[in-house]
Amino acid sequence: MRGGVARAVNGVSYTLNPGETLAVLGESGSGKSVTAEAIVGILDSPPGFIPKGEVRFRGDNLLALPEARRRQIRGQHVAMIFQDALSALNPVHTVGSQIGEMFRVHRGMSKADARKRAIELMDLVRIPAARARVDDYPHQFSGGMRQRIMIAMSIALDPDVLIADEPTTALDVTVQAQIMDLLAELQRERNMGLILITHDLGVVADVADKIAVMYAGRIVEEAPVHEIYANPAHPYTEGLLASIPRVDMKGQELYAIKGLPPNLMHIPSGCPFHPRCPYRRDDVCTTKVPPLYDVGPARGSACHFWEEVLDGSNR
Amino acid sequence: MAPTAEAVLEIRDLVKHFPLTQGIVFKKQVGAVKAVDGVSFDLYRGETLGVVGESGCGKSTLAKLLMVLERPTAGSVHYKGQDIYKLRGKDFKAMRRNVQIILQDPYTSLNPRMTVADIVGEPFDIHPEVAPKGDRRRKVQELLEVVGLNPEHINRYPHQFSGGQRQRIGIARGLALRPEVIICDEPVSALDVSVQAQVINLLEGLQNEFNLSYIFIAHDLSVVRHIADRVAVMYLGSLVEIGTDQQIYETPTHPYTQALLSAVPVPNPVGRGERERILLSGDVPSPADPPSGCRFRTRCFKAADKCAREVPLLEVRPGSPHPSACHFAEIKPVVDTVDA
Amino acid sequence: MTDYRATQERDRGQAPGAVSPAPGTGGTDASAVTPGVTTYPAAIAGGEVGGRPSSLASDAWADLRRKPLFWLSASFILLMAVVAIRPQLFTGQDPYECDLLNSVKRPSSGHWFGYDIQGCDYYTRVIYGARPSISIGILVTIMSVIIALVLGALAGYYGGWVDTLVSRSADIFLGIPFLLGAIVFLNAFERRGVWVVALALTVLGWMTLARLMRSSVIQARDMDYVSAARALGASDTRILVRHILPNAVTPLIVYATVTIGIIISAEATLSFLNVGLQLPSISWGLQIQDAQFRFESDPHLLLFPSLFLSLTVLSFMVLGDVVRDAFDPKLR
Repeated sequence: MRGGVARAVNGVSYTLNPGETLAVLGESGSGKSVTAEAIVGILDSPPGFIPKGEVRFRGDNLLALPEARRRQIRGQHVAMIFQDALSALNPVHTVGSQIGEMFRVHRGMSKADARKRAIELMDLVRIPAARARVDDYPHQFSGGMRQRIMIAMSIALDPDVLIADEPTTALDVTVQAQIMDLLAELQRERNMGLILITHDLGVVADVADKIAVMYAGRIVEEAPVHEIYANPAHPYTEGLLASIPRVDMKGQELYAIKGLPPNLMHIPSGCPFHPRCPYRRDDVCTTKVPPLYDVGPARGSACHFWEEVLDGSNR
Repeated sequence: MAPTAEAVLEIRDLVKHFPLTQGIVFKKQVGAVKAVDGVSFDLYRGETLGVVGESGCGKSTLAKLLMVLERPTAGSVHYKGQDIYKLRGKDFKAMRRNVQIILQDPYTSLNPRMTVADIVGEPFDIHPEVAPKGDRRRKVQELLEVVGLNPEHINRYPHQFSGGQRQRIGIARGLALRPEVIICDEPVSALDVSVQAQVINLLEGLQNEFNLSYIFIAHDLSVVRHIADRVAVMYLGSLVEIGTDQQIYETPTHPYTQALLSAVPVPNPVGRGERERILLSGDVPSPADPPSGCRFRTRCFKAADKCAREVPLLEVRPGSPHPSACHFAEIKPVVDTVDA
Repeated sequence: MTDYRATQERDRGQAPGAVSPAPGTGGTDASAVTPGVTTYPAAIAGGEVGGRPSSLASDAWADLRRKPLFWLSASFILLMAVVAIRPQLFTGQDPYECDLLNSVKRPSSGHWFGYDIQGCDYYTRVIYGARPSISIGILVTIMSVIIALVLGALAGYYGGWVDTLVSRSADIFLGIPFLLGAIVFLNAFERRGVWVVALALTVLGWMTLARLMRSSVIQARDMDYVSAARALGASDTRILVRHILPNAVTPLIVYATVTIGIIISAEATLSFLNVGLQLPSISWGLQIQDAQFRFESDPHLLLFPSLFLSLTVLSFMVLGDVVRDAFDPKLR
């Protein structure tokens, strides 16, 4: 419980191009959210700290910039939405003033103008009767509507990159469909880069262009979406995909990855996935940390035996 | 296991209203949240009945009613011919023994101050006739083994286990009295994907081994499709459609079921963007003030005047070979959900 | 009987298909209707959530052990407890053996604290003053805790009219101004010993603990494990004793520690105001009252009892504070 460093994220690299959707896929504790927080620079430090690494936004290393400049970029160019919209919104201010705040702080708009823009944005994210509801408080909205308000705030300043951390996990499927639709549309219109952090393989298949699969703080596989679903190159990805209940598997036992996700205080030696891996060879996997091998065009897999994994799943 | 036609639970017109009150000392009822409003179905021996619906549809209240953790405003549940809400004393305790529950949150469903031995052994303390005293420790260890836990961990505390392991402890507790019916209230929704599969396999294996009947309440439609023999779809306190898993997933006739199924993202990028998706507008109305007539009409793409006037009954209709509560029920295959 | 791990090891060479069932998992297990014990291995391989066995209490203890404030306050309290139980260990003199010739003599080598106005050895008097102060603190706290346990548990668990009755009574008692209430109550008694003062303080002070207990019982009552126990058919008594109380008493115990300190200072206040303990009792409050008019001429008379009083009260408060932090899971 205490006394030690949890390596939440360990040597993670990815790139995102304008208009592209990158899905960061992982289970709880895989470090997917911490990475995002590090990018946006809202990692609580202390206790969190980033020993090394860089986040290049159009060539500038964000982590090396002074805090003031970073805050500017954070507001204007990189925005973030969270899973729990209720706690991300301030309960004592109206939603209109919270959306308008973005314009007043970053664009120096007058109160009246900011309010007008807030109503426009609420319309844009399809909140019914935006004009009437602009002075309502967050708790007066339903979960789906609150998430729309979060989205309105995040796109207010036309960011280049939007990071969505489990944006629909707390929502029902019918509402989830509405929100994902909205995000996709906004992204298309504005040519935003979208980093979608999620554990939901269905959502990922629906919207992502490329995927980074995280396990125990590392990226274990990176690939374009079609390739990864058709033929995963890492045993963990393979296991995840195989454990989805499918129609033709009815009445049969589901494939289950054995064991448990590791404790970040005691990440297994060598390949962090080796205790759960069906491809494990004790001599290699327990001692040598696999680098992200180049396994094809724009594809990487952190498995010593990626060829076997790719091979075996030829169907 | 093919379910036999013997009904273990017969649920008839179950209603639960939670009064909304004002005032502290002198309470005055100002309305009621109609959490469950006229639900009827049968549960057969050895089958799994899936109950799906979105948050606030009343499925958790239904679970509490079936467990007699809440008493209904009206209606009955018959277990072996007896109304469980009228049972008293010894008969009630015997019913308790045969109907058990597995709860959603593995973190709050185990008492943090009790060891695994105490938690899994508690059913034997309450029903001492099931296991003689000297035998209990061995029985607990046996149960742990059945659910795939190390029997040597009997003296550990819940927080020393992971979420999936804790859920297994909860399952062991539910199994201890050898019940006939287990009500599973979202048993895997708090677990990681890779651990979910383990627990689902466990539940299915136990069902085969002990001929259990499950009521499997969940919001994850693909999990329910995998495990359920029959499926009931709930919306705002009532059932809108009930049928076999094939009927519900392949030939749904209620527009809500169709919308729900089409909204589930398919974990396969092939052909994305071409699938037809029924996007519902708006949110679920408040159960304190449900719409008149058909409750789904405010979000329904088929709504007509008739829907505001007449409550559609859950029955077999010309357009629906299985019971469906829609005036305009009609088969509309929605998705080949996960056919890869 | 399927050993999943073994199956997987064996089939390592031929990898499971991307989305097709893993080798050996499907067929074999579906027919696992074997009588007897079938196991569904899972987590055994992955091991436990790392580290040594621990519970909230042992975590809290490990936390406390490393806090100097804990050791400081706890050892001072221990010392004062011994002083209260056996003052003879600390002084050879009789507190009532006084000689007016020594009246208000200043501290000297044989008599570190000097003499009081009656000519008694002041060190001995201060040492003997610990007993009534600390006994009242502990007595009141124990009685309040008992009241809080019973009323708080009943109100929190059953709710309804029981809750209304308990909560409103607590409100009524909280409405009485503490000092005024104590003065009126205590003035009704001719002779006021430790018990009378303790009774007065309990009557006026049980509410906060009871409310705390009630809210933490309500919190525990709504936990899923209580539902699970009820679903098993557990009786109300069993649910209260086995499931709710063990999970609800921690805040009560912690706050009770702080209460001891508060009560000790309340007792001193009442004695100072002449409505608490009476002479010839010995107590810090009485000593401070005696000394109040002689502060300029004989500051030591005020200094020593005040010092002991403040240190004792402070120790209880600090102890309560560090224990609360240690038991607060949100801080870890």
